[in-house]
Amino acid sequence: MIVFIVRRLLISVPVLIASAMLVFLMVSAAGDPLAPLRANPNISQDAIDARRHDLNLDKPLPQRFGIWAANFVKGDFGNDLAGRPVKPQLFSRLGMTVRLVLVSQILALVLAVVAGVFAAVRQYSIGDYIVTFTGFLFISIPVFWFAAVLKEWVGIRLNNGLDSLFHTDRRFVFTIGDKTPDFSGNAWDRISDYAGHLVLPTLALAAVTYAAWSRFQRASMLEVLNSDYMRLAQAKGLPRRRVLVRHGLRTALIPLTTVVAINVGLIIGGVVVTESVFGWHGMGEMLVQAATTRDVNVMLGWLMLSAVAVILANLVADILYAYLDPRIRRT
Amino acid sequence: MVTPPDVSLVTPELPVSVGTGPEREFTVKARTQTQLIVRRFFAHKLAVGSLVVFVLILVVSLLGQRFWKYKYGVVNPDALSEAPSWEHPLGTGDLGEDGLAQMLRGAQRSIQIALLVMVLQTAMATLVGAMSGYFRGWVDSGLMRLVDLLLTLPALALLIVLASRFNAGWVGVAFVIAFVGWAADSRVVRGVFLSLREKEYIEAARALGAKDRRIIVRHLLPNSLGVIIVNATLALAIAILFEAALSYLGFGVQAPETSLGKLIADAQGAVDTRPWLFYFPGLVIIMIVLTVNFIGDGLRDAFDPTQTRVRA
Repeated sequence: MIVFIVRRLLISVPVLIASAMLVFLMVSAAGDPLAPLRANPNISQDAIDARRHDLNLDKPLPQRFGIWAANFVKGDFGNDLAGRPVKPQLFSRLGMTVRLVLVSQILALVLAVVAGVFAAVRQYSIGDYIVTFTGFLFISIPVFWFAAVLKEWVGIRLNNGLDSLFHTDRRFVFTIGDKTPDFSGNAWDRISDYAGHLVLPTLALAAVTYAAWSRFQRASMLEVLNSDYMRLAQAKGLPRRRVLVRHGLRTALIPLTTVVAINVGLIIGGVVVTESVFGWHGMGEMLVQAATTRDVNVMLGWLMLSAVAVILANLVADILYAYLDPRIRRT
Repeated sequence: MVTPPDVSLVTPELPVSVGTGPEREFTVKARTQTQLIVRRFFAHKLAVGSLVVFVLILVVSLLGQRFWKYKYGVVNPDALSEAPSWEHPLGTGDLGEDGLAQMLRGAQRSIQIALLVMVLQTAMATLVGAMSGYFRGWVDSGLMRLVDLLLTLPALALLIVLASRFNAGWVGVAFVIAFVGWAADSRVVRGVFLSLREKEYIEAARALGAKDRRIIVRHLLPNSLGVIIVNATLALAIAILFEAALSYLGFGVQAPETSLGKLIADAQGAVDTRPWLFYFPGLVIIMIVLTVNFIGDGLRDAFDPTQTRVRA
């Protein structure tokens, strides 16, 4: 097992290096840090040229990549267009996003396993059709539209309804941001304030993730249900519940483990839309801002961070899979 | 198209009573592979219904603008922010633009983008997947490493970064989406090619002296068509959603052009005051993506009968 992990770790290094090259190539093609200067008629050509020299833009691409990569390895992610260092911003944003992602992914996972297993056990029942259709529906919904509908119906109308019902002059569910800016109150109120801000973005994110996972879990559970050892367990006269949980579910969860692990790496990119709907100051919003202003260093740091996350997630997925399914290790 | 004969459909010779007309060898009508697939697809009611709805949306969105009395982008100061009525079935915007005219234009652009993405992405994925799976060796390792690299970056992030520069016109948006999307599909095509190339009929073709090119085009491609077509439908569905997300964030289709995603983005501030502008484009997106997904599901079952209980 140790050998397996070490080997996978070593493979990840060249992948990361190649990934860095690809990211650098694409961002250099897409970004133009001099654009805001050029757009301003008061800035002379000399100033632009000086700035170009400062940013090493007059050097050939491979050399620029070398300079950037050397700094990056040393932990210097460069400065954004406004001159602030990128790294601390990136990590504080990452914290915000992780807070959002964690809850929603756990929620989606629990829902997906329950729904997927239920649909598989009761295949072709009305319940199965409902689960399958819901899955299809959430796969087909644009996240931002669903999020805005949530805002309108849960965030505003339901909240107003509760207000008029209990005559409290407070909000339970919030539609923008992660906390009330000028907040005063005890620790309990503080916690409920945070939770109230988390509800809607979490729901929006969870719904979309749940859809894909529940379909996957249903397929994998169906495969297990039709296998010989399940028939054997039933033939031995074990209680149905025990057959399903101990023999069926345990095996059927293995494929989902990998999917979830990989998805957790990709979710940093998946939250972009949700964050921008809810004004959540996380990674997604940062990327949108950076792409709007064509801020090269921010885009580079962002993409590298997400590449590292995906590669790590793949690593974890491989290790988990090898641990859960011993046949993998030998190949 | 080289296909092994479908043995299961040939019933063994039945005893024929004497004197009842000419002797028949088969009691079941012989059908080609294509006929079987079409029959299986049309046995899938949800998929057929979806196909009808999708074709309807397609025709209306691509041709409807010619026949609707209001034109896209024409403002009308006499009909500002009107709720849906017979005159304006989808209401009007804050400048008096007709909602249906806006929607027809938006749907047209969204579908044009998605169709172009489907063609580009499927062509690229098939080319790379076929080369990779057929030639194996260093071609395969090289191409698949590149695919792995593209897949280490979140698709939407990559889309945003690239689209911030290369979103000139709807064609540009389509190219960016296809560029990001082909990698995952090519892996699937490669998998099919890898397994098919070991089949006996490929060996036979090679023994008869067929060149690589002929084996790929005449034997492997037709037999992997099922997977390619199913993937193409999924690509179409995802492209609609990606275009909508990009346009919503401001990196997709730019004004004065519009698309379904942009219509929602423009209307999101007015969910309360002009809800018709916000809800209808979203519902159309859901209808398109949902029907395309159902069609894809039906096609998958039709091409691969082992996955379903439906027999045709």
